[in-house]
Amino acid sequence: MLDKNIYLILIISLVFAISFWIGFNVNLLPAEASINAPIYDELFKILFIIGLIIFIGMTIAVIYSLFKFRKRNDQIGDGIALEGNLSLEIVWTIIPSIIVLLIGLYSYNIYDRMGGMTELNHNHEMMSSSNEKIWAGISQNSNNEIAINNLSIEVSAMQFAFLFNYPKGNFISGELHVPVDQKVSMKMESKDVIHAFWVPEFRIKQDIIPGQPTILNFTPTKVGKYPIICAELCGPYHGGMRASIIVEEESDYNEWFNKNKKPEVNL
Amino acid sequence: MTISIDPQKTNNESLQPKGWLRYFSFSLDHKVIGIQYLVCGFLFYLIGGTLASAIRIELASPMSDFMPRDVYNQVLTLHGTIMIFLWIVPVVNGAFGNYLIPFYVGARDMAFPRLNAVAFWLIPPSGLMLVASYFVEGAAQAGWTAYPPLSITTPQSGQIIWILSVLLLGGSSIFGGINFIATIIKLRRPGLKLMQLPMYCWAMLGTSLLVVLSTPVLAGTLILLSFDIIANTGFFNPVLGGNVVVYQHLFWFYSHPAVYIMVLPAFGLVSEILPVHARKPLFGYTTMVFSIMGIVVLGLVVWAHHMFTSGTPPWMRLFFTIATAFIAVPTGIKFFNWVATLWGGKISINSAMLFSCGFIINFVFGGITGVALAQVPFDIHVHDTYFVVAHFHYIVYGGTVFIIFSSIYHWFPKVTGKMLNEKLGILHFIFTFIGFNLCFAPQHWLGLNGMPRRVAEYDPQFQFVNQISSLGALLMAISTIPFLINVFLSVRNGKNAGDNPWNALTPEWLTSSPPPVENWEGEAPLVEEPYGYGKEISEQK
Repeated sequence: MLDKNIYLILIISLVFAISFWIGFNVNLLPAEASINAPIYDELFKILFIIGLIIFIGMTIAVIYSLFKFRKRNDQIGDGIALEGNLSLEIVWTIIPSIIVLLIGLYSYNIYDRMGGMTELNHNHEMMSSSNEKIWAGISQNSNNEIAINNLSIEVSAMQFAFLFNYPKGNFISGELHVPVDQKVSMKMESKDVIHAFWVPEFRIKQDIIPGQPTILNFTPTKVGKYPIICAELCGPYHGGMRASIIVEEESDYNEWFNKNKKPEVNL
Repeated sequence: MTISIDPQKTNNESLQPKGWLRYFSFSLDHKVIGIQYLVCGFLFYLIGGTLASAIRIELASPMSDFMPRDVYNQVLTLHGTIMIFLWIVPVVNGAFGNYLIPFYVGARDMAFPRLNAVAFWLIPPSGLMLVASYFVEGAAQAGWTAYPPLSITTPQSGQIIWILSVLLLGGSSIFGGINFIATIIKLRRPGLKLMQLPMYCWAMLGTSLLVVLSTPVLAGTLILLSFDIIANTGFFNPVLGGNVVVYQHLFWFYSHPAVYIMVLPAFGLVSEILPVHARKPLFGYTTMVFSIMGIVVLGLVVWAHHMFTSGTPPWMRLFFTIATAFIAVPTGIKFFNWVATLWGGKISINSAMLFSCGFIINFVFGGITGVALAQVPFDIHVHDTYFVVAHFHYIVYGGTVFIIFSSIYHWFPKVTGKMLNEKLGILHFIFTFIGFNLCFAPQHWLGLNGMPRRVAEYDPQFQFVNQISSLGALLMAISTIPFLINVFLSVRNGKNAGDNPWNALTPEWLTSSPPPVENWEGEAPLVEEPYGYGKEISEQK
């Protein structure tokens, strides 16, 4: 009996060790290029490790049972008449409940750190004039001071392109240019069907909905060019509906901005 | 009992065609209707599978080069709709439910045989209509979710035919659900208690409750959508002041429970199959019943997890995260119970057992990614990507379709009196299991790294992984060949099975194989312990 328990403990430790090793050494995610990305990857790693432990454990249990308890040729009759085990069943109700609850609380914490629980309606400058209700995507920071220094961009999506309006420069661009390490606040609206704004390297996505503006805030942290992908089926050319986001040093961004800036139209 | 024969019914039966022709008739026999569902569903599975192959051929290269882009969208829409509404839902509910439930409750037929036949005969015309819509003006191309405004702006005839077809199929599903509830509650043989029913009855009771509660919502939603399309109303049309997100709420109020409508019956079927081939009682009967009902209740309050990027308020996202993740608890109980059912058994390693164990492994994997997807911050990155495609194929293919095959291997001797060939069956399993995992496991990586779903073209960096996935799809397509050969050979020349080749204790095996028209020659047996393996022997000694 003692031997059996030692094997069981050995196997369980091995499953944990393998899962942790894979969890820490196998990277399944693209580059991290926004404040959100490392927070997301932290959650991913934890879920990945827990998932691996459960999956490897269950797979071993099934394959072991098939092998160990397979019917030999000389065997007749049935297995043991075991109809249940209340304490065991209580254990495997309570432990998963605790795990699920802890994951839920942890992901709530992650979501809060991403700024998902912040009501954006109060501190968004483009909101103040009208009564329209804006639905929030995730944002980075609940801090109002930073919100004032946002780079504000208006995004409109249509079949099959994104247009980025820079209100301060009074121009529209097909490419999204943003300075690194500065918070960007986007108000997005669709002209026709539902689209979605997704930058995999930023780990953010928000639907762009006709008749219902949505807001998405993010802070890029790494200079580079990343794809903007439409993630909601929007018609035949949905797969081709892509744009680029170019994250650049502030000086480069200012140069680009000033080159494209148009003089204020007389009122 | 004094009344044994209803003269009108006997009269009808003498008019029914005999032999294989009865499968093409308006038969009232629940066994005939069950087989009608199964064969009809399988034919649509072949159509849906062909469409899936077309998708994987298109995606073997990063350019949109195999078919026109709008046809690609029609293909993915039809693939989803056919696989859900014409293959999985009718087969796990209609086919096995009709065949098995009357046996399990000790009845001679379903509660409403005519309604039953009507429910089946709604399926072939609506399925054919759906497929034929391609030849009108092109089929629907807004995905099986038919989100407005896309579904309002794409060619109208295809979308309207899609709506009509789904309405008819939904009606068929509701008729079936009412029939199952009535049969399980009211037609039980005297002396048979609810807690003595085989687990599949409980699964079907839970499923039918979901069908009856949620399908009418889908029907209402689609009727409103059709008004938007043909009568220019503005329920969901933003140009006329409609709200597109309301549609998503209404749609998912049905379509998330639909996942349980596809999965709970499979949970029931595997609970019948494992004890027989492991020669052990089903572990934890009572907790199994409560976890089914727990899934039914929770399944009704999780729908908005499909809409985490749609712009829902933060509190709502939080609620739906917790509710969704908690479904893992009753589901987990069932999986632990199945493994405990295997533990200490005398397991026959045959095709039915292998497909059931493949189901456990695949579904656990899909369940784990499901708990991850329930977390809002996790979901925001992978929503509407190939990660989600991989996840739900692990649930509905790796889960439910594996159980459909397992069930066919298990009940084929019951229906035909012939055994299926085991070697071909194991070959079928190996091809399906490897092909399935090769096809869908890599798609998780694709989604995480930036490939959205429902695209005909993609970033060339994903080509190699997509080709692996397409290779897996090819193996899955090949896997149907040994299965079809097996079925055709065995129906004609299979080894005689006898009445009860598995020595099973559930009531359907306590009559001849194939069973007589009203199921039992005499009175229905009272089976108080459908899983009494191990006990019987000790009693005999």
